[in-house]
Amino acid sequence: MTDTDVDPATTSDTPAVPAVALAGITKRFPGVVANSDVHLSVRVGEVHALCGENGAGKSTLMKILYGMQPPDEGTIEVDGKQVRFKSPSDAIRAGIGMVHQHFMLADNLTVLENVVLGAEGMYGIGKRARARIRDLAGAVGLDLDPSTLVERLGVADRQRVEILKVLYRGAKIVILDEPTAVLVPQEVDELFDTLRTMRADGYTFLFISHKLDEVRAIADSITVIRRGTTVGTVDPKTVTSRQLAEMMVGSELPSPETRTSTVTDKEILRVDGLTLRTPDGRPLLDSLDLVVHSGEVLGIAGVEGNGQTELVETIMGIRKAAGGKVLLDGRDLTKAGTLARREAGIGYIPEDRTRHGLLLTQPLWANRILGYQTRRPTSRGAFLDVAGARKDTRRIVEEFDVRTPGIEVAAASLSGGNQQKLVIGRELSGEPVLLIASHPTRGVDVGAQAAIWDHIRNARAAGLAVLLVSADLDELIGLSDSIKVMLRGKFVADAEPSSVTPEDLGCAMTGAGVVDDSGLLVTDQTADGGTP
Amino acid sequence: MNARLRSSLLAPALAILFSALLCAVALLASGANPGSALKVMIGQVGEGQVAVDIVNSTAIYILAALAAAIGFQMNLLNIGIEGQYRVGALVAAIVGGALALPPMLHWLVIILVAAVAGAAWATLPAILKVTRGVHEVLSTIMMNAIAFGLAAYLIRRDNFGILIGNNVSTKPIPESGQVPGIDLGDRGTIFGLVFLSVVAAAVYGVVMNRTRFGFELKASGLSPTAAAAGGVNAKRMIVVSLLVSGAIAGLVGLPEILGRDHAYTLNFATGYGFAGIGIALLGRNHPVGIAFGSLLWAFLDKSKVALDNVGVPREIATIMQGAIVLSVVVSYEIVKRVELAAEQRKVGQAMGTATEPAGSSS
Amino acid sequence: MSMVEVQPSTPAGMTMAPPPRRRILPGWAIFALGIVAVVLVLATTSYLTGEPALTSSSTMQNTVTLGLPILLCGLGGIWAERSGMINIGLEGMMILGTWGAAFGGLHGGPWLAVLLGAVFGALGGVLHAIATVTYGVNHIVSGVAINLLGAGVAKYLSTLIFEPLSDNPRDSPPIERFDTFSAGGFSDWLGDLESQQRVVISDVAGLTRGLVTRVSPMLIIAILLVIATYFVLWHSRFGLRLRSCGENPIAAESLGVNVYLHKYLAVIASGALAGVGGAALVLGSSPSIYSEGQTANRGFIGLAAMIFGNWRPGGTLAGAGLFGYADGLRLSSGPETVHALLYAAVITAGALVIWQLFRRKWTTAALAAVGAVVVYALYYATDELPTEFLPYTPHIITLVVLALAAQRLRPPAADGVPYRRGEGD
Repeated sequence: MTDTDVDPATTSDTPAVPAVALAGITKRFPGVVANSDVHLSVRVGEVHALCGENGAGKSTLMKILYGMQPPDEGTIEVDGKQVRFKSPSDAIRAGIGMVHQHFMLADNLTVLENVVLGAEGMYGIGKRARARIRDLAGAVGLDLDPSTLVERLGVADRQRVEILKVLYRGAKIVILDEPTAVLVPQEVDELFDTLRTMRADGYTFLFISHKLDEVRAIADSITVIRRGTTVGTVDPKTVTSRQLAEMMVGSELPSPETRTSTVTDKEILRVDGLTLRTPDGRPLLDSLDLVVHSGEVLGIAGVEGNGQTELVETIMGIRKAAGGKVLLDGRDLTKAGTLARREAGIGYIPEDRTRHGLLLTQPLWANRILGYQTRRPTSRGAFLDVAGARKDTRRIVEEFDVRTPGIEVAAASLSGGNQQKLVIGRELSGEPVLLIASHPTRGVDVGAQAAIWDHIRNARAAGLAVLLVSADLDELIGLSDSIKVMLRGKFVADAEPSSVTPEDLGCAMTGAGVVDDSGLLVTDQTADGGTP
Repeated sequence: MNARLRSSLLAPALAILFSALLCAVALLASGANPGSALKVMIGQVGEGQVAVDIVNSTAIYILAALAAAIGFQMNLLNIGIEGQYRVGALVAAIVGGALALPPMLHWLVIILVAAVAGAAWATLPAILKVTRGVHEVLSTIMMNAIAFGLAAYLIRRDNFGILIGNNVSTKPIPESGQVPGIDLGDRGTIFGLVFLSVVAAAVYGVVMNRTRFGFELKASGLSPTAAAAGGVNAKRMIVVSLLVSGAIAGLVGLPEILGRDHAYTLNFATGYGFAGIGIALLGRNHPVGIAFGSLLWAFLDKSKVALDNVGVPREIATIMQGAIVLSVVVSYEIVKRVELAAEQRKVGQAMGTATEPAGSSS
Repeated sequence: MSMVEVQPSTPAGMTMAPPPRRRILPGWAIFALGIVAVVLVLATTSYLTGEPALTSSSTMQNTVTLGLPILLCGLGGIWAERSGMINIGLEGMMILGTWGAAFGGLHGGPWLAVLLGAVFGALGGVLHAIATVTYGVNHIVSGVAINLLGAGVAKYLSTLIFEPLSDNPRDSPPIERFDTFSAGGFSDWLGDLESQQRVVISDVAGLTRGLVTRVSPMLIIAILLVIATYFVLWHSRFGLRLRSCGENPIAAESLGVNVYLHKYLAVIASGALAGVGGAALVLGSSPSIYSEGQTANRGFIGLAAMIFGNWRPGGTLAGAGLFGYADGLRLSSGPETVHALLYAAVITAGALVIWQLFRRKWTTAALAAVGAVVVYALYYATDELPTEFLPYTPHIITLVVLALAAQRLRPPAADGVPYRRGEGD
C-alpha cells in the first residue's frame, strides 16, 4: 500500500525533534507476532491517530510505549532521547501518560484518592494535592469537589478524571485508547474541544481508534496499522474514510451485501411493549415493539450502552422484564425461563463468548452440551449422551471450519475466531426458528468473519429469523433486511438497508437523525463517504 | 488420556510428599525418629482391629467428602457439614429409637430421616445466600455452633435423652433398626453402611458426569454467566446444591450409629466436616480421588494411637492433614498454570494461528 | 466472590449518575447517636423487665473482656479485606496467637505474651499470603486449611511444651496478667449511683463504671489499634495504596503500586492482629491460660463484626461491642437476663417499624413488625432460654445481623478476587 509521509499543514513552527518516535518495534508472543517492524513518529503538539482493526496490534504497541511490555526489537525515543521502559513508572517519568479504554478507577475511592494513587510523593495526599488538582481540573473541564466518590460520576467525567491523573503526573504526551467508545456524541464533541484546547497548550496526543469519522474530525495525522505493521501515515484532509478503511483492511473490503429478499409473512418473533427497569425504577428498555419474520434479518443499530444488551438478554430470559410480552411463533414466552426459550427454538450468540457462551476450561464437546443439555443429540432425558455430543462436535468442527487439533482441547486454547465459529455452529445446530446474534463477528479475524456471514445468510435463506445487534455498521447494513435504531432504551428510527449509509445511521444513533411520519429515517443522499 | 491422568495424579502426589517431608522435619525437631514413626504407622495396620477400623472410617470420610464435593462443584464451601451431620445423626437416632418397624424398612426410614434433617439444617444458609447474598461460609459456621447447642438441648434428660451407665444417650435403636455388618471375628466388624458409602460415591460419579443435573451444576460453578445463558437457573442450583450437600452430610453419622452405637451419645465424634473438605480438595471432587483420599485420611487417623504408643505426639497426624490440604491446593494451581500455558502453546504452534495471549486485546 | 454480594450498580454506558447518598452527619456523630440509642434501649428494657444486670458494671466489664478478642480479629479482617484478601483463617491465626501468648507469658510476662501472640498470628498470615497471593489459591480454601493447621500445630506444640509444665496436653500453666487500673474515686461514685437503681442514670453509671474499673492495658492497646487502623488506612499513603489493591488492583498496578507487596503486608498484619486477639483471650480468661478450643469460633465472629461495621474500624468496634455484650451478659448473670434481651430486641424492632414507616418503606416496616411480634411471642411464652443455647447467643446474633445487614454494605470492590500481575487490559 502507499506509504505516504505528508508535510505538516500546521501553522506552528515545526520542531525537528518529534515528541515520540518508535522505530523498528517488534513484539512476539507464543504463537503470534503482535508487532512487526513498526514505525511511528508523533510531532510535538499534535493529535496523532493510530488506526487499525481489532487484533492489528495497536494495543500491544501502546502497551510497549507505556512501559507495560518491553519490545523484543526496536527503539523508543522521547524528545529525541532514546529510552527504555521497564515499567509504567519509567514511562510516566518520561512524560508519557495513558488513558485506558477501560477506566482504571476505583469506585469506592474519591477523585482525589484516585488521582494521587501511586504519585503520593509528588504533592502528598492532603492540601497540596487538592490544590494541584484544582489547578489542573480546569484544563480538562472537570468541575467538582475532589472529595467526590468516583462512583457518583458519569462516564464523561470519569474520563476527565483519567486525563487528570495523567496530567497530575506531569505527562506532556497523552495516549488515549479508544476514548470515544463509551461516549455519546455531545460528550465526544466536548472531549474534542478539550483536546483542542490542550493541544494549544502544548500537549501531544496519541489517539487510538477505529472510528474513522471521528478520527478524521480531530486528528492532525493518522497512522494505520494492519496485522502488526505500519501501513502508512496520512493527512486526514487528503484521504476519505473509505480509503482509510481500505488501508486498514488491505484488499477489497469484504462486502456482506445481500441481494435477494427471503423475507416471508410469517411472524416468528413478536415483542410488544417490552420494558425493563433498573432497581431504582429507571427504564433500561422503554416499551419496545418489534417483529421479525421468517427469512428476515432485523438489525439493531445503536451506540453501545443504549439498551441493546439488555434487549437481547430480556428476550433470552436472562433478565426479567418489568412489562410487555415476548412471543415466539405465536407462543407466549414472557414467563418462560431461558431453558424453555431455548427449547422453543431460540439460538443465542452472546456478545461476550468467553463469559456467556463458553466454559473455557472444558473440552469442546462439553461446550457443545451447554444450552442443549435437555435435547438430542447431546442428551437423552435426564442423562447426557456424551458419545452423541462428541459426534456432533466433530460435525460442527468440520462444517464450520473450526481450526483445532481435536475436540478434547479446552475451549480456551482456541483463537477468538474459532471459538466464535464453534458457538455459531452450536447455536445453529438446534434447528432454531430464531437466531439472536449479538456482535457475531467481534474479535474475529476477517476470514472467519466472511464465513460467519455466509452461515447467517444461508440459514436466513432456509427460513431462519435473525435478530442482529452489531456495532459494525457495514455488517449491519450488509446483512439486514430492515434496521431499527436504538437510543436510550427506545427505538427512534427505522432504516432501509438498501439506501442508508453508515453516516446516516451514525447520525440517528447519536440522536441527530431526522425521521418522517412513519418513523423511517430520512437519509442523506450523498453517496460518497466524505466528511459529513 | 494418559497425560491427563498423569497430571491429575501429579498434584496430589506432590502435596502428600511435601506434607510427609514437613512432618518428618517436625518429628526430627521434637526428637523423634521419622523412620520409626512411619514403620509403626504402617505396621499397626496388620494388628488387631486396625484394618477394619480404617475401612469403617474410610466409609464415613467418603460420605463427608462427597457432601463437600457437591458444594465445591458449584464453588460453594459447605463448612456446615459438621453441624449437618450432627443434627442428622441426632434426629435419626431419636426417630429410630422411637419407632418400631420391620427391619429393612426401619433402617431405610432412619437413613431418610438423617438425610432430611441434614438438608433441613442447610436450608437457612441456602436461603440466606440466594435472598440476602450472605456468604455460606459464615452462615454455615454459625449453624455448626448452634447445632452443638441444639444437640445438647435435645439430649437433655427431660427431652430425648436417657441415662445409660455414665453416659447420656438417645433411646437405643431396637434390633430391627440395626444394620448388620460383616463380622470378621477378632478383627472387628465392618459396618454394613460401608456399602452405602460405596453406592453413594458411584451415584455421585454418575450424576456428575452423565446427567443433566450434574452438567448444570458443574457449569454453574465454572461460569455462572455462561450457565445462565445456557438456561441454568443459578439460584435454584445454589439451593439444590446446598440442600443435597446437607442431605449427604446428614448421612455421615449413620455408619457408626447404625452399625455400632445404635444411639447418639455425648461422645459423638467431631471433626468429620473439615476432614471432608480436605479430602474433597485432595481428591479433586472426583469419586475415585475421594475414595483414595478418605483411605489416606482414615489411615492417618488410626495411626494417632500407634504414634502415641511410641511416644510421638499424635498431633503430627493432624498437622499432616492440614498441611496436605494447603499444599494440595497450591500444587494444583501450579500444575494448572503450567498445563494451560503448555496447551496454549501447543495449539498455537500446531495451528499456526494467532492465539490471543491472555491479557491483550485489540 | 466476596463475603457479601452487593447489588450491581447502573450498567456502564447509561450515562446518568447514580442517585447521591446523602450523609447528613459525619461519622463520629452517627457513632455517638448510636451509643445513645443503645443505652436508651437497654435502660428501658432493664426497667421494664426488672433486670438490672443488663446495664450493670460487671456486665460491661465482661463485655470488654469478651469483646476485645472479637474486636482485634475484626480489625485483622479489615486489614486483609481492604487489600482484597478474604481471611477466613483468622480463627487459626488466633489459635496460634493464644499459644504464642501463653508461651510468651510464661517466659516474660504479659507484654511478651502480647508480642509473641502477634508474632505467631503473623506467621499464620505469612502462610496464607504465600498460598493466596503468590499461588492464587482460593482465599477461602486457604483460610480453612490455615484453621486446620493452626489448630493442629497449636495442639502439637502444646503437647510438646505445655504438657510437661501443666500435666495437661490441653492447657498451659497460667501466665501473669496485666495489672489493671481503676479510676478510684470516680469508680466508687459511679458504684453508688448504680446501686441506687434510678432509671437511666443508674444504667449509664453502671455501663460507665464497667469501662473505668479494672481496666486492662489490653483495652487501651485495642483502642489505640482501632485509631491507628483508621489513620493508617484512610489518611496515609501506604493505606491509600493498600485500599486501592482491594478496590481495583489492576488500576493500582497500572499506577505503579506493588500490589503483591501490599497484599502480603496486609495479610501479615491481619494475622498479627488476630494473634493479639488470641493474647487478649488468654490474658482475659480465668485462669489466664492457653486452653484447647478456647477460641470457640471467635475469629469468625470477628469477621461478622467487620461486616456489621461495614469494613470500617468504628463500625467494627460497635459490632464487637454488640457480640461481646451478648457473651458478657450470659457470663455475668444468667438465662433470665439473656431472656430479657429478647425484650430489647422487640423494642428495637418497634423503633425500626416506626422509622421505616416514616420513610414510607411499607414492606420493610411490615416485616419488622412481624419480626417484633414473633420475638415478643417467644419472650412471653418462655421464662428463660434453654441453657444449652446460651453459649451460642453470639452465633445466633451473628446470623441475624448477617441476614439483615447484607443489603446496605459496601465491601471493597475487589474483595476475594484473585489477582495476578499483568492481567490488566
